[in-house]
Amino acid sequence: MSPLDTKLLRDLARIKGQVIAIVLVIAVGVLLQVMMSGLVASLSETRRAYYERNRLADVFAPVARAPEAELARLAALPGVARAEGRVVGAALIDLVEEAVPIQARALSLPDFGEATFNTIYLTAGRLPEPGGRDETLLLTAFARARGIAPGDRLPVTMNGTRRSLHVVGLAEAPDLLYIGVPGEMMPDPARVAALWMRRTELAAAYDMQGAFNEALIALSRDATEAAVLDRIDALLDPWGGTGAYGRSDLVSDRFVSEEIGGLATMARAVPPLFLAVAAFLLYIVVGRIVQSEREEIGQLKAFGYTNTEVASHYFKLVLAVAIAGAALGCLLGVLAGRAMIPIYLTFYNFPFLVFRPDPAAFAIGAIASVAAASAGGIIVLRRVFAFTPAEAMRPPAPPDFSRTITFTGRAARLLDQPTRMVLRGIARQPWRTLALAAGIAGGMALASGMTTIYGAFDRMMDLSFTVIDRSDGTVVFTHPLGEKAALELARIPGVFSVEPVRDVPAILRNGRETHRGSVTGLVDTPEIARAIDARMAPIALPDKGIVLSQALADILNIAPGEMLTVEVREGRRPVLEVPVTKVATSLIGAPAYMRLDALNRELAEPGRISGARLRVDPARAEEIWRLLKDRPTVAGVSVAKDARASLQKLMDQGAGSARYIMGAVAFVITFGIIYNAARIAFTERARDLASLRVIGFSKGEAAFILLGELAVIVLAALPVGSLAGYGLTFAIAAGFSSELYQIPAAFDPFSHGFAASFVLGAALVSGWMVKRDLDRTDLIAVLKSRD
Amino acid sequence: MTPAYSARGLSKVYGEGPSAVHALRGVDLDIPAGEIVVMLGASGSGKSTLLNILGGLDRASSGTAHFRDLSLTDLDDRALTRYRRNHVGFVFQFYNLMPSLTARENVELVTEIAANPMPADEALAMVGLKDRLDHFPSQLSGGEQQRVAIARAIAKQPEVLFCDEPTGALDSATGRAVLKVLNDVNARLGSTLLMVTHAASIAQMAHRVIKLADGAIRDVQVNATRLPPEEIHW
Repeated sequence: MSPLDTKLLRDLARIKGQVIAIVLVIAVGVLLQVMMSGLVASLSETRRAYYERNRLADVFAPVARAPEAELARLAALPGVARAEGRVVGAALIDLVEEAVPIQARALSLPDFGEATFNTIYLTAGRLPEPGGRDETLLLTAFARARGIAPGDRLPVTMNGTRRSLHVVGLAEAPDLLYIGVPGEMMPDPARVAALWMRRTELAAAYDMQGAFNEALIALSRDATEAAVLDRIDALLDPWGGTGAYGRSDLVSDRFVSEEIGGLATMARAVPPLFLAVAAFLLYIVVGRIVQSEREEIGQLKAFGYTNTEVASHYFKLVLAVAIAGAALGCLLGVLAGRAMIPIYLTFYNFPFLVFRPDPAAFAIGAIASVAAASAGGIIVLRRVFAFTPAEAMRPPAPPDFSRTITFTGRAARLLDQPTRMVLRGIARQPWRTLALAAGIAGGMALASGMTTIYGAFDRMMDLSFTVIDRSDGTVVFTHPLGEKAALELARIPGVFSVEPVRDVPAILRNGRETHRGSVTGLVDTPEIARAIDARMAPIALPDKGIVLSQALADILNIAPGEMLTVEVREGRRPVLEVPVTKVATSLIGAPAYMRLDALNRELAEPGRISGARLRVDPARAEEIWRLLKDRPTVAGVSVAKDARASLQKLMDQGAGSARYIMGAVAFVITFGIIYNAARIAFTERARDLASLRVIGFSKGEAAFILLGELAVIVLAALPVGSLAGYGLTFAIAAGFSSELYQIPAAFDPFSHGFAASFVLGAALVSGWMVKRDLDRTDLIAVLKSRD
Repeated sequence: MTPAYSARGLSKVYGEGPSAVHALRGVDLDIPAGEIVVMLGASGSGKSTLLNILGGLDRASSGTAHFRDLSLTDLDDRALTRYRRNHVGFVFQFYNLMPSLTARENVELVTEIAANPMPADEALAMVGLKDRLDHFPSQLSGGEQQRVAIARAIAKQPEVLFCDEPTGALDSATGRAVLKVLNDVNARLGSTLLMVTHAASIAQMAHRVIKLADGAIRDVQVNATRLPPEEIHW
């Protein structure tokens, strides 16, 4: 080994504390890069392969009941490559241990052979025999969550008839990657199911012999989706078509896409942040080493080493740190990515999902960290090369402070010398000071932003389940009933109050913006579930007009006062032009509200309701849900407590769980920046501080000069960081928000106080650690060295 | 006349076991107050170690050292700081000025904490720098920086002034100017001056010359006639 390489290893050992800190910062950046981009690649690739292999349809066209013959006409439409019909129905699974029935989608399998579209992936057992009575496949995730296996019997209500189905196998399908609990949209493998039966069997159950109620369509290569959708709608309209939609409107695909999109955004934004911090730290540390070794550099050059040879020696040091960080990051990134896979398998029904790191991520991570690290080193080396060997071997001239601050008059009388040193130290390198302050402010912003978001998740839950919707349960009827149905519910012992609702599926349009959802009709002055404004005050629903949730107003890009087109997809299917009168605060889903009587008037169905929200005696809730389970007109009951638990689980284990990682990272980075700032200030000042101690300054007085500067910078950074954190809260909230739930962003004094305390605490601890080193400094050794 | 310093059996060992280095081996010494004392010796002779122990910068491994009635070898860290603050001034080879303070402010750094200081301007006038009061170290030559360091050391009117190679980084003309200042300080303030140097000729301005070798005192010589600094050459 060459003597220079030996020197390199010794240098690394000497500054191992800082080397470890920088390696870790780089590693975290690369880890996030490898993990996130790997997850994005794995999820997108698995989804693509799954869709392709199991032939996910391009277009879904639900219809009330269309004769089989219509399929040929559909297939003949320009732009349509193939069309297939299937039967889809709502079913209720009645498990003994559950007070409420579990809602399930029943889907048909062709009597013979494989389906053209959305073919199932069998995970256990076998397919139902053609003509096999009561034989069914069950969604794998639900079966696993409930401990059901092939061979078990399952009590199911289909179209009002109770049957005992024989589970012969477990399966998954590409159109059910994500499946939310009806009425809640929350994913919860234990509370939502799907089952597949042979076509003849299912058609018999839902009166669909010789007919279909959902067409699945593949588009031809050059087709324009929007144009084809219009043609399909026109064709199916007489048969009660409720609007064809493409893959992007398929709920399952929409949620997976949102997840992948969110991950991709984070993968682009977060790792560079870490690498920038690492580059800054390396710049300071390498700069410090090179500066202190000016004399050695001069000697090497005097011996005849070229600039390139000397540079490559220091560059190796930078490389060693960068490569160690990148390698560690890649390794941890793959491990973290693998650890994340089970989370995705909990909420998404992938038949297979293997974490495949994106090779580009390794390359990008490694190149970015080496580049970031070298950028720091090169700036410093350039300065050294400007010297001749003789100059380099002379001690450096004292740094020039003549153009900093001159103290005259009052300032001169009031400020003692140590204070002047602190102030001039800050003024001499304004960019350094600014960069440091920006780093600390960034840490403060991240910390306050993330703390606010922690609170915001809880606030979202609280507002949704105690202010906006205060019901204990929601009953959905199989079809719209008269208002008398609500009175019947009210008569059940233990039911405190009942509020009827009318929910109709609708397509909302504002120019080119479209949303497939529903309109909810509420009573005049609702008490249980309400539309509320930003100040948490209930919004009075207008006689003419519609109130949209903020999420929906954003999707449709519409503001109060503008006109909205509502294409109701039920009953006589009117198309309404209604003014948007207000925008409501809503944190779950994207609801639209109208007055119940106004909605019914438009539908020409006075006094009809589709369900009701209930408040019940908690002691009798179980009994009430069990009673409702047996009513033939009840399609399902959603219990608020369960919905809340599902949401909590989703946020703790699913997409929301990223907030814990990001929070931890924010705090670690903040501490890292502050500690390094203190550490670097100490190395740069060691000589001055030793001189002060020799002159007769006490340890505390010397520490004042060292830590005074840090204190000023930290105190200046706090308000800036707090402001930036407030801004960041909105960005993070938007990042975490989806159509499923919205995270409310607001200024939260507690979070900012907490983050500020953390930053101050980190500064105190860093200061204490550095002061400890100051106390241990060998005064003589420092004074004997030239610098 | 009571000695300013007296040391008995003063030893200093760095490290342990076979690799231990004996920097001082049982030094006995008396230094009268008000004298200029020059300590000569090769590298590793122990002169700087002796200076550091007497200056309160380092601790002896064994033996005793007294500054007047004060037992330096018994002082804790806090008391050593107080000793340096109230009684002692230091001048180093590499000046050790605060680059962020002007000449005047560097001196005020000391006068602010000293018990009985002279005005900073006066201290700088004594070293011939009354025209350079508001210059930063970066704007001063090496000799000027060393003179600011001397002004800083004498501004507290110390009883003892320690100088470790004060001319080591200077050319001989500038070095002589610095020695003249030190000589004047000794004459005007009556401070005891302890100077460590490599340059044997500087010993000619001293009252007393102590020669060290291998951690022990080899010779103490009292000069019958002293040479003024202007006439010293090296």
